[in-house]
Amino acid sequence: MIEFKKVSKVYDDFVAVDDLNLKFNDGEFICFIGTSGSGKTTSMRMINRMEEPSSGQILIDNEDIMDKNPVELRRRIGYVIQQIGLMPHMTVYENITLVPKLLKWPEEKKRERAEKLIRRVDLPLEFLDRYPQELSGGQQQRIGVIRALAADQDIILMDEPFGALDPITRDALQELVKHLQSEMGRTVIFVTHDMDEAIKLADRIVIMQKGKVVQFDTPDNILANPANQFVEDFIGEDRLLQARPSLQTVDQIMIKDPVSVTPGKTLQEAIKLMRNRKVDTLYVTDDSGVLKGIVDLEDFDRNRRRATSVGDVMSPEVYFVRTGTLLRDTVQRILKRGFKSIPVVDEKDRLIGLVTRSSLAEIVYDNIWGDMDDAKDIPLETTAVSEDQ
Amino acid sequence: MIDFLSQNGSQMLLLTWEHLYISAISLVLGIIVAVPLGILLTRFDRAATAIISIITILQTIPSLALLALMIPLFGIGKVPAIVALFLYSLMPILRNTYIGMKGVKGDLVDAAKGMGMTSLQSIFTVELPQAAPVIMAGIRLSGVYVVAWATLASYIGGGGLGDFIFNGLNLYVPELIIGGTIPVTLLALLVDFLLGKVEQKVTPINLRDER
Ligand SMILES: Nc1ncnc2c1ncn2[C@@H]1O[C@H](COP(=O)(O)OP(=O)(O)O)[C@@H](O)[C@H]1O
Ligand SMILES: [Mg+2]
Repeated sequence: MIEFKKVSKVYDDFVAVDDLNLKFNDGEFICFIGTSGSGKTTSMRMINRMEEPSSGQILIDNEDIMDKNPVELRRRIGYVIQQIGLMPHMTVYENITLVPKLLKWPEEKKRERAEKLIRRVDLPLEFLDRYPQELSGGQQQRIGVIRALAADQDIILMDEPFGALDPITRDALQELVKHLQSEMGRTVIFVTHDMDEAIKLADRIVIMQKGKVVQFDTPDNILANPANQFVEDFIGEDRLLQARPSLQTVDQIMIKDPVSVTPGKTLQEAIKLMRNRKVDTLYVTDDSGVLKGIVDLEDFDRNRRRATSVGDVMSPEVYFVRTGTLLRDTVQRILKRGFKSIPVVDEKDRLIGLVTRSSLAEIVYDNIWGDMDDAKDIPLETTAVSEDQ
Repeated sequence: MIDFLSQNGSQMLLLTWEHLYISAISLVLGIIVAVPLGILLTRFDRAATAIISIITILQTIPSLALLALMIPLFGIGKVPAIVALFLYSLMPILRNTYIGMKGVKGDLVDAAKGMGMTSLQSIFTVELPQAAPVIMAGIRLSGVYVVAWATLASYIGGGGLGDFIFNGLNLYVPELIIGGTIPVTLLALLVDFLLGKVEQKVTPINLRDER
């Protein structure tokens, strides 16, 4: 548990952080958000004593961090910064095992950990011997993330880690971080100025303005009850609108029992199935219903001569969402990536449903039309749309 | 020419060797003092300006005058020569160490500290490797200077190829002057070349393409 008690930070006579009182639980994903200069970075850096409070106390597991050796404290806390901060003259392996090395882990343990982590983020083992500059920005930041986990740190601090990445890479890394965090039960303190990012990642969000906390709550509560005009402006009208379906989950709108086929079926059987059910895409599942891949008519067409079974032609890469996922996230994912539909799987990766673009569209329309009954700016909306096209 | 070499060849080798080791000792001492001092200065910004200007002033004392000043302190011979050359070698190394260390990207130093490196660990594993090419450029410059100035060591009995040149001047024997000058020039070029190689070698991978 991390606790801020009346924490302030004053530079000369400028108050950068003003009387922070916060309590974060173990395993929570906390986002600090606010305009530039609102004190987010300073607040975060006080946790590992990169800055020291001018007054007040910060406790980790009820112990005042000022009583600890700062170097040892920092080795227990993962740290990922805006500009990546990988050591350019060290190989990826040396970078990942930097803190384990400081902690004097034996070589085999370091090697094992580095290999495990690099596999976990879907990068090839050969990358361990490369230098950071030989990797793309997204790959580098993956290394930055696993470097912060490598020594079993319970707390990870991240300062706008994905700010410089393109939207698609950022999206993928956000999912990765969220996954790693919940899977490994780490506490993450994540600074951002991007509300979408905060809503997507955070269990609770700290909204800061001029060094003060203006609201500290879950994303849903913040969207439902913004504390004041500043928060409302910060969230933005679009998002308040979009937030309506926020509490619905994919399970509520998905089509149950989507058309699926096992990999052993012949192409003829599959085509027949498609024709009968009037679909152009089939999800491939194994005997226990676990989602394995996807095939569409084009796959058949291209491979008609060479392949005999569905397994030969399916593409094994399918984007899916898990049962219980909030529609808000799905809306964004589907709309951003341009998928026609996205399968829903249960905890054991078994296919249980399908969210289609049209079922989502209905909900979004409902919200907009519902809102427009009392809105005066309908013509504006239409203009904006046609200008876009 | 062949005549000259058969008469003076062995002495030329001896003097070249002497020249080289006076220079090398001065340079090594210079490195040992100036690199740590330069690093130290980056931690004390206010002292830095003062110390760097003092050493700059030292640098402006004419070489011969500095050598002469050594005599009352250390007498004559190799020791005063080495001390004087050592003082001359300090400035380029000190300045480049200071600039090089200051020039290391702040993010890297911040990341190093944030991950739990001590100041020394950060200096040795992050800052020095990143500053190495700039520091090495200072050492190379000092190396070339020291080889050139070591010629003057002869003036206070320090030996080296200056012996040829000064004897040549005193006795008016042009062969001796040339026989001293050419090896000094070659030596300076060689030092420049070799230290240049080292400089390339220590340049970290991320700074290689920019040069
Ligand atoms: N070392 C410092 N000296 C003086 N002012 C600082 C220092 N660090 C931060 N500040 C000021 O404190 C305020 C908060 O900074 P910061 O925490 O970095 O904001 P944010 O991360 O929210 O953009 C800013 O106005 C900044 O200028
Ligand atoms: Mg910041």
